[in-house]
Amino acid sequence: MEKRWEEMTADEKQEAQFQKLLRPKDHEGNDLKFQSPEAEANYKANITRIKDAIQLKKTPDRVPVTLLPSMFPFINAGMTVQEAMYDYDRCALAFKKFILEFKPDMHIGAAAPGPGKFYEILDYKLYSWPGHGVAPEHSYQCNEGEYMKAEEYDLLMTDPSFYFRNFYLPRVFGALQGFQMLPPLTGILEMYGVAFNFIPYALPPVQATYKALFEAGAEALKWAMVMGGSNGELATLGFPNILGGFTKAPFDTIGDTLRGTKGIIMDMYRQPDKLLQALEAIMPIMIGMGLGAAQQTGNPLIFIPLHKGADSFLSDEQFKKFYWPTLKQVMLGLIEGGCIPFLALEGHWGSRLNVIQDIPKGKTVWMVDQTDMAKAKETLGKNACLIGNVPSSMLNLGTPDEVKACCKKLIDTAGKGGGFIMGNGAFFDEAKPENVKTMVDFAKDYGVYK
Amino acid sequence: MAKDLVNTLADLKEKEALGMVQDRLSAGEDPLRILDDARRGVEIVGKRFSDEEYFIPDLVYSGEILKQITDMVKPKLTKAAEVKRLGKVVVGTVAGDIHDIGKDIVVFMLDVTGFEVFDLGIDVPVQKFVDKIKETGSGVVGLSGFLTLAFQSMKDTVGAIEKAGLRNQVKIMIGGGQMDEQVRSFAGADAYGKDAMDAVKLAKGWIRG
Ligand code: B12
Repeated sequence: MEKRWEEMTADEKQEAQFQKLLRPKDHEGNDLKFQSPEAEANYKANITRIKDAIQLKKTPDRVPVTLLPSMFPFINAGMTVQEAMYDYDRCALAFKKFILEFKPDMHIGAAAPGPGKFYEILDYKLYSWPGHGVAPEHSYQCNEGEYMKAEEYDLLMTDPSFYFRNFYLPRVFGALQGFQMLPPLTGILEMYGVAFNFIPYALPPVQATYKALFEAGAEALKWAMVMGGSNGELATLGFPNILGGFTKAPFDTIGDTLRGTKGIIMDMYRQPDKLLQALEAIMPIMIGMGLGAAQQTGNPLIFIPLHKGADSFLSDEQFKKFYWPTLKQVMLGLIEGGCIPFLALEGHWGSRLNVIQDIPKGKTVWMVDQTDMAKAKETLGKNACLIGNVPSSMLNLGTPDEVKACCKKLIDTAGKGGGFIMGNGAFFDEAKPENVKTMVDFAKDYGVYK
Repeated sequence: MAKDLVNTLADLKEKEALGMVQDRLSAGEDPLRILDDARRGVEIVGKRFSDEEYFIPDLVYSGEILKQITDMVKPKLTKAAEVKRLGKVVVGTVAGDIHDIGKDIVVFMLDVTGFEVFDLGIDVPVQKFVDKIKETGSGVVGLSGFLTLAFQSMKDTVGAIEKAGLRNQVKIMIGGGQMDEQVRSFAGADAYGKDAMDAVKLAKGWIRG
């Protein structure tokens, strides 16, 4: 009899996750009906190839290929980013065209543009997007700010959910002002006094906030149905999406959109102990975020984009003190739960390779942007699968021959002995389609292991 | 005493540096001399950054300390500080891109190493670059960009400078996020710089001629 999930080791959990991926179900829980026997064979070969590349136990049949675009599929289909954000059906259609045209072994779905109307309903202030501060043909961009104040660490740590609802969310969503008036849920304890907790829900600003939430929820669901349908259809055609969800390094959680770049820098000097405490406090929340997402989607890969640990952002000492310890714990927590952390080394990370290679073998996968791939292979690559790293500039401005030469070099160095997935280094918007095609086709041809 | 502020600031001792400034102001010292010391302190920070002894957080922190010192000293200033400037540089994040962290660091480094910097901000239309070059007679232009969409904007900006007949009088450098040598050649710029130290080196090289 099979072991129960709780009794399994991390190894067994990971294996079970892959076995589940190899026997995909439709949304009603029945065996997925592929559109052809060939599609089924491709689907399973793709999963197996990726599994082998990640686990580092055996060399795959060939170098797997993935495409990790940002807005490219939509721009390439002749749409503006604005159209992709507001017309969900066309967005999904463009993504399908993209997958069928380039045929990567795995993809991460059509969700990058997100639901434009949803952001409008909530009056999202953290980003500018097409029609809201950015031109129709450009990608959305973050508005840097101190959305959490320097003196709010204790509030955050005492009750993170309360802090998010009552302080952070009203600052980044214009429509959620009513949240500021709500008492903590933990006050609801016994008959006497329980009703007091509910009085704020009668107030007009709170009711307006809830009305916006209902509307936003409906819009998000509408969008998610289209995205889910798109993933399902692509699976029946042989193209798996194995992205299970997303979480962050605690340092980036605080540094990106709570305190902001300047804010977290000041905190490292002015209140380092508070910052360290807060990083520890949110670490388990970041693990839970990943595990929860994997459970919901049934996919083990949890994406973790790495930002403020890059080479010039922190000194070596600061990296080891503020960035790495809690990131490592997040990874270990996810691995323990059967997930596969899928990290993106955004920008340059050459000086960090010696530190970050200290991770369990065959349990993680890393998208490499501008770090030297040969050096990454010698260090991190001993314990982990690497993805990358054809540069954005080359995909956009290079020639197919240059792309071929780049891919050849990658396969010869990083591809040696497996543990490598061909792919782009940074999420890309603009690119020459022939360059993208060359990258995929060349890897499928030259990347066969003999 | 005067030397102290320079080194205290260079060592990023915020409280002590601010205390020293307060003491010197109370003692009635010439505010210009205090500012000059502060500037020399930050210059050392810039040097340590170039030597890879300091990192971006150190730069940003020193900038914050400098700003506080300037705020304390300013009300006491009777005449504007006269600083010898190496030359003029126009800097901005190109059209369509709204990122400023990288650009701000470049502006800061150019400023503390002695350039007169005209910061045009973010999402800068090409015409604004052209107008500023005309108005100031700057010999160096720095284009910053974060995203791949900036590739085309950089090319457009260089093109507009050319069309205005100014291409021969300026050297153009690019940098930021996804930029590299290939983008430089596409945009028709003169140099690519991978970080703020490069920006300083390039500007110095060009302005000395
Ligand atoms: C931090 C970050 C974020 C944060 C930004 C907010 C915050 N408070 O930090 C958050 C999480 C919000 C974010 C969101 C997104 N991001 Co982001 N992000 C980054 C990251 C990791 C760092 C950028 C940064 O802060 N740089 C800080 C400054 C100091 O660096 P810099 O600009 O490069 O400047 C230095 C040098 O380049 C140089 N320099 C700069 N200008 C100039 C000019 C001259 C003349 C010279 C000589 C030198 C020079 O000097 C500077 C100092 O030394 C980059 C990857 C990377 N490491 O570059 C991705 C990156 C920019 N993001 C990317 C993406 C895709 C996104 C999203 C679209 C993701 C999504 N789907 O949601 C969104 C939206 C885009 C946006 N950024 O607004 C991509 C962009 C790819 C593309 N298509 O162009 C990148 C490159 C990551 C990647 N590898 O794919 N992001």
